[in-house]
Amino acid sequence: MSTASNAATNESSGELKIVKDATCTFCGCVCDDIDLKVEGHTITEAKRACILGKAWFLNHELEEGPSCLIEGQAATVDAGIERAAQILCDAKYPQVYGLSDSPCEAQRKAVGVADWIGGTIDTTTSVCHGPSGMAFQGVGEVTCTLGEVMNRGDMIMFWGSNPAESHPRHFTKYSLMPKGLFTPNGRKDRTCVIVDVRKTKSAKAADIFIQIKPRKDFEALWTLRALARDIELDGDWVERETGTPLSTWQDLMDRMKACKFGAIFFGMGLTMTRGKHANSEALLALTRDMNAHTRFVAKPNRGHGNVTGADNVVSWRTGYPFGVNLTRGYPRFNPGEYTTSDTLARGEADAALIIASDPMANFSQAAREHLASIPFIALDPKETPTTRAAAVAFKVATYGINSPGTVYRMDDVPIPLRPAFDSPHPSDFDVLSKLERRVKEIKAATF
Amino acid sequence: MSETFILIPGRTSKQGCGISEGKFEEKYQREINTLQVAPEDMERLELVTGDRVRLSNETGQIEVAVIAAKKDELPPGLLFIAYGDLSSRLMAADTHGSGMPTSKGMDVELEKVV
Repeated sequence: MSTASNAATNESSGELKIVKDATCTFCGCVCDDIDLKVEGHTITEAKRACILGKAWFLNHELEEGPSCLIEGQAATVDAGIERAAQILCDAKYPQVYGLSDSPCEAQRKAVGVADWIGGTIDTTTSVCHGPSGMAFQGVGEVTCTLGEVMNRGDMIMFWGSNPAESHPRHFTKYSLMPKGLFTPNGRKDRTCVIVDVRKTKSAKAADIFIQIKPRKDFEALWTLRALARDIELDGDWVERETGTPLSTWQDLMDRMKACKFGAIFFGMGLTMTRGKHANSEALLALTRDMNAHTRFVAKPNRGHGNVTGADNVVSWRTGYPFGVNLTRGYPRFNPGEYTTSDTLARGEADAALIIASDPMANFSQAAREHLASIPFIALDPKETPTTRAAAVAFKVATYGINSPGTVYRMDDVPIPLRPAFDSPHPSDFDVLSKLERRVKEIKAATF
Repeated sequence: MSETFILIPGRTSKQGCGISEGKFEEKYQREINTLQVAPEDMERLELVTGDRVRLSNETGQIEVAVIAAKKDELPPGLLFIAYGDLSSRLMAADTHGSGMPTSKGMDVELEKVV
């Protein structure tokens, strides 16, 4: 697979081209119905895209400068591959991290690199819905596709999630507005409930908005679990702990039991707050409980375009979705030990390969300081604080706009990319394929 | 004189658009450097839009400009800031065995910068 060789080429002429059903990879909705108007190397229109999708497509421009920098100096891609391979093969405890903005084909290569160098592979899931991934293993997941929600869902809940700003087409394309087989009147056939600690922009879409106390999601979810089983609760305790009267929770539970098909979409309001995986576990267990009364499902609202693909690919290759150590030649999974925030903040990793993510801007200060002190390689379409600090930085083609591949929507449905035009820069698949080949050669020679 | 608040970092559409425009561009930087405060707290602390405040906790400290949150979006005692470099500087490294640092619902001390 290389860059967009199958896209009609009109770059030099600058003539108009229409790309039908292009896939937006900005967020986990991965909307694949975007019509792009392309003039040369500029996308001038992105029909049906949301505000985030328009910013994604319309601000895209071919990045100038070399495709590779070694210690800040321009270098050939091959020289960069050689230096990167040496860094990773010399390391004793290398960390491979990122992947949520790369296609599955490139993610697969990154797992191969981690395997050959005996490193640890982790994705941005660990600082996103990683706690939910732990919860899936703990209590299971009653789930479905977004198509089922569209066709059947009559009770749509959002907990700790603000799709109006993070997934702007969630309401209109998948969950609230569309007319489905058993929801022929669209929005009129649905009740929307939003639970959050603040009245977000999404709250305007809700029939029922419940504002709970910060850091009390666990208590609120267990209140609902108790009510699902008709367990009597102390009203004073419930209101004191959750900030919401017991009568409100009882009314919500009555509605949940009475619906035909309920769906709870949950966000990082649960996973990033005190309780973390225990919060997600409580929500997933509540969903499971509700199936004694009616049909209920739960889905995490995933952020990055292919973070769901990263979970899938790392699971295919290692048996675990993130935070996987391969040092002993077989996979070991342990969030908190093999997750990147931890291996960096504790000063354990002695080299890193960072793909399509920006830990130098988003990690704790201790993790950033350690990352800055070790040699690392970064792949990104744009300049970021992470690429600026990298020993070897590759500027890569933008997936979905310049390079093809497969991504997974937040409901685990694979979606093909339909790129608009070629990039002069290699794709991350190209770079990681060469890197995997080179580390394999080095390791084979020293075995 | 400082006062304790609960800080909620989160996504905003301006921050999301800013990522596509470039993390070093003004729009993104302005968004991640602006703190939303409940109007009641703004009035009580005699803050006006554009004032700078210092947020600190045992992990670190940052200085940001304040803006009044839109009506009812934030209850008193709660602060909101778009995710980014600054909010992460207040995030402790400990993940409590989960891989995820506590990134929302952090206790912070707010103090006006004079």
